Amino acid sequence: MADQAVSVEENQPLYVGREPIFPKAVKGTFRTLKWWIMAVTLTIYYVTPWVRWDRGAFMPDQAVLVDLANRRFFFFWIEIWPQEFYYVIGLLVMAGIGLFLFTSTLGRVWCGYACPQTVWTDLYMYVERWVEGDRNNQIRLHRMKWTGRKLRLRMTKWSIWLLIAFLTGGAWIFYFADAPTLAVAFFTGEAAAVAYITVAILTGFTFVFGGFAREQVCIYMCPWPRIQAAMLDDQSLLVTYKDWRGEPRGKHRKAEGADQLGDCIDCNACVAVCPTGVDIREGQQLGCITCALCIDACDEMMAKVGKPRGLIDYCTIADAEIEKRNEKPWDAWRRIIRPRTLLYFGLWSAIGIAMVVMLFIRDTIDITVAKDRNPTFVTLSDGSIRNGYTLKLLNKNPEPRTFRISIKGPASVRLRLQNGDPSAVLVKTDQVRSVKAFITAPPNWRAGFGIEEERTELRFWLEDLSTRERTSVGSTFVAPE
Amino acid sequence: MADEQNKDVDQVSGVETTGHQWDGSKELNNPLPKWWRYTFYVTIIWTIGFTIAFPAWPFVEGATKGLLGYTTRGELAEIVAEAEAAQAPFKDRIAALPIEDVADDAELLQFAQASGASTFRTYCSQCHGSGAAGGIGYPNLNDDDWLWGGTQDAIYLTIAHGIRQTDEEGYATDDTRDNAMPAYGRDELLEEAEIAAVVEYVLSLSGQEHDAAQLDTGAVIFEENCAACHGDAGEGIQDLGAPNLADAIWLYGGDRNAVTYSVVNARAGMMPAWSPRLDDATVKAVALYVHSLGGGE
Repeated sequence: MADQAVSVEENQPLYVGREPIFPKAVKGTFRTLKWWIMAVTLTIYYVTPWVRWDRGAFMPDQAVLVDLANRRFFFFWIEIWPQEFYYVIGLLVMAGIGLFLFTSTLGRVWCGYACPQTVWTDLYMYVERWVEGDRNNQIRLHRMKWTGRKLRLRMTKWSIWLLIAFLTGGAWIFYFADAPTLAVAFFTGEAAAVAYITVAILTGFTFVFGGFAREQVCIYMCPWPRIQAAMLDDQSLLVTYKDWRGEPRGKHRKAEGADQLGDCIDCNACVAVCPTGVDIREGQQLGCITCALCIDACDEMMAKVGKPRGLIDYCTIADAEIEKRNEKPWDAWRRIIRPRTLLYFGLWSAIGIAMVVMLFIRDTIDITVAKDRNPTFVTLSDGSIRNGYTLKLLNKNPEPRTFRISIKGPASVRLRLQNGDPSAVLVKTDQVRSVKAFITAPPNWRAGFGIEEERTELRFWLEDLSTRERTSVGSTFVAPE
Repeated sequence: MADEQNKDVDQVSGVETTGHQWDGSKELNNPLPKWWRYTFYVTIIWTIGFTIAFPAWPFVEGATKGLLGYTTRGELAEIVAEAEAAQAPFKDRIAALPIEDVADDAELLQFAQASGASTFRTYCSQCHGSGAAGGIGYPNLNDDDWLWGGTQDAIYLTIAHGIRQTDEEGYATDDTRDNAMPAYGRDELLEEAEIAAVVEYVLSLSGQEHDAAQLDTGAVIFEENCAACHGDAGEGIQDLGAPNLADAIWLYGGDRNAVTYSVVNARAGMMPAWSPRLDDATVKAVALYVHSLGGGE
C-alpha cells in the first residue's frame, strides 16, 4: 500500500444512488390551491387547440395555431408573421422578467405550483396513490418480491401513466395543425411522420419524467434552481421551518420532560409528504421546490396537538430574524412592494404595454424592395436607362386585396411591371406576392430630368384600393456615370 | 498489489482500484454504468447489420453494395423524378401550346419564367452572364436591341436553332440563324481611306462625335456596301441578323476603334442550338424568361 495523501476515515462515495421517495397524501390550504392550479393549467393545455375562432372563409379557424408550413402563428385575434417574431421574443423576455419578479417576491413559486414537471409529477403521484395506496402501501409494495399482485398493480399504474403520457404528447401536435383534421388523420394512420415521432418522443419523456425521474429533474437537470440563487434575497418568501419555535424537537412524552421541548413533535409528517424527499427542518436547500405541502402537513399536526399553525410557514429570511427576537414581523405587502420588485414590475409592464401598442398600430399591408444588382442598370437602344426591382407585397388581411403601386421620385421616370398593371395588383389573403418592376428614365436623362448620375433616391408606394391604407419603401435609381 | 482474493480498496473513496500504480497514483475501478455498456453493445450489433444492409466495406474494385440496394445517386434520381413528375403537367401544357398562348396563361407564364430562369443559369449564363447582361460579343438580353428579333417566337427560334451552327457539329437546321458580313479590310474590298470614311459615317448615325468632312464620302460607301443589310439609315434588319447601327447599343463596342475593327475584320458570333439538348417546353420557358427580362418586343 502506498501512503495516503489524505487521511479520511469515512468512505465518501462520489455518486449517491437515488433513495426512492413515497410522498404521503396531504390535505390543506396549499394542497387545495395546487389541485386548482393543476386543473386550470392542464385544462388550458389539453383544451386550447380545440377552441375555434372565426377568421373568415380564407383563414384557419383554430384559435391557437402554430402553422409551421405557412409560417404563421395565430393567437385568437392576433396573427404573427415570421418577420414579427419580435413579439415572441418580447413574450419570452416578459416570461423571463416575470420569473424574476415572482422569484424575488414569492421564491420558487414557479417550481412549486406551475412548472409542468411539478404538475405532471403531481398527477402521476395521484394515479400512483389511487392504484397502489398511500405511502405505507407503496413502501410495502416496493420492498415486496415480484408476485402476481405486484405485477398487476405495477402494470395498471404504468398503463395509466402511459395513457396520460400519450394524451400529453398527443395534445402537443394539435397546436401545429387543424386539431379535428389531425386527430382523424392521426388515428387513421394518415398523419405526417413527424406527428407520430413527436408524439412518441413526448410520450416517452412524459412517462419517464413524471413517473420515474421526478425530483431528479429538479435537482440534477434543471438550470433554474441554480439561477434562482441569484434571484432570491432576504425579502423573498420561503418555506421556512421556524426552528426558534420548534427546537429542541422531540416526542412530547411526559417522561422526557415535554416542557423543555419546542413545538416540533418530531412526527416527520413534513418529511413524509415532501415530493422531493427533503427535510425542511434542515433549512433552505436546493431540493425544496416550495410546493408548501409540508406546511399543510405540519398545520394538520399542530391542530391535532392543539398548538398554533405555522411552525412551518412562508416566511422571509428578514422576518425570521425579527421573529427570532420575538418581535412582530412586517406586513407581507411591505416585503412584496419594494424597489427591486417595482423595478421588475416596471420593466415587465413596459415591455407588455409596448407590445400591445405595437400590435394595435402595426400595418396590415407592407412593401419591401430588392433592387436588381446584376445588372445595376440597362441602357436601351434609344439611350434611355432602365432599372429593375423585385417588390414584395404583403397582405396580412383576412381577404384578398387589390393594390396600386406607384413611385415618388423624379417626374420623368416611368414605372411598369413585368406582368400586369401597376394600378391593380391582386395579393391573395394573408400572402406575400413578389412582382418584378421596371423603372425607365428618358433617353436624354442627362439634360436635367431630376436624374442624378449614379444614384437618385426614389420611393415605392403601395396603396390599398379598398381602404386607402398606404405604406412605402425607399430605393434608388442607378444611372451610368 | 491487489489479487483476486484481496482487493485493494481506496480508503478515500471506498472504491476498489484496478491494481495499477503510477508513481503511487492508483486508478480507481469505476466501471461504466450497465445501461451505458449495453447500449454500446447494441450499437455494435446495429453497426454489423447496417454494414450488411447498406454499402459499406471498401475493396480494391468498388465496395460492398449492401442488401437493400441503396445508393445516394439512386436517392437523388428519386428526388429528381419526383420533381419532374410534379412539373410534368405544366411542361406538357407548355409543349402543346404555341409560345404566345403560353404567355397568355398567367399560371403557365409564372412557371415558365421561374423554370426558364433556372435553366438560363445552368446553360446560358456562361456567355450571357447570370444577370443576362452579356458582355463584349455576347448580347445583353435585358435591353430592347435584338439582332434576330425580340418577339417571344423569334427568341424561341434563336434558342432552339442557334446562331451560325455548322453541320459538322450536328445541330444546324434550316432555321439556324446565319449570315456573314464581308471582312472589308482583311479581304481588301475597301481601301483604308474608304474604311475610315465609312466609319465616320457610321459614328454619325448614332449621333457620336465624327469628322464631318468625311461624311459625304462615307455615305456613298455605306450605301454601296452596307445599306443592303444594315438598311439605308443603318437601322438594321432583323430578318438578316444585321444590327442596328443608329442606336445606343453596340455588341462589340461603338467607339472609332471598335467600329473600324468590325468593318476591317467583320464579326460572326455563334450560339449553340438548344432544341436537341433541351426539350421543347424548356426552350419555350427560357425564351419566355428572356423575353420577360424587360426588353422583349
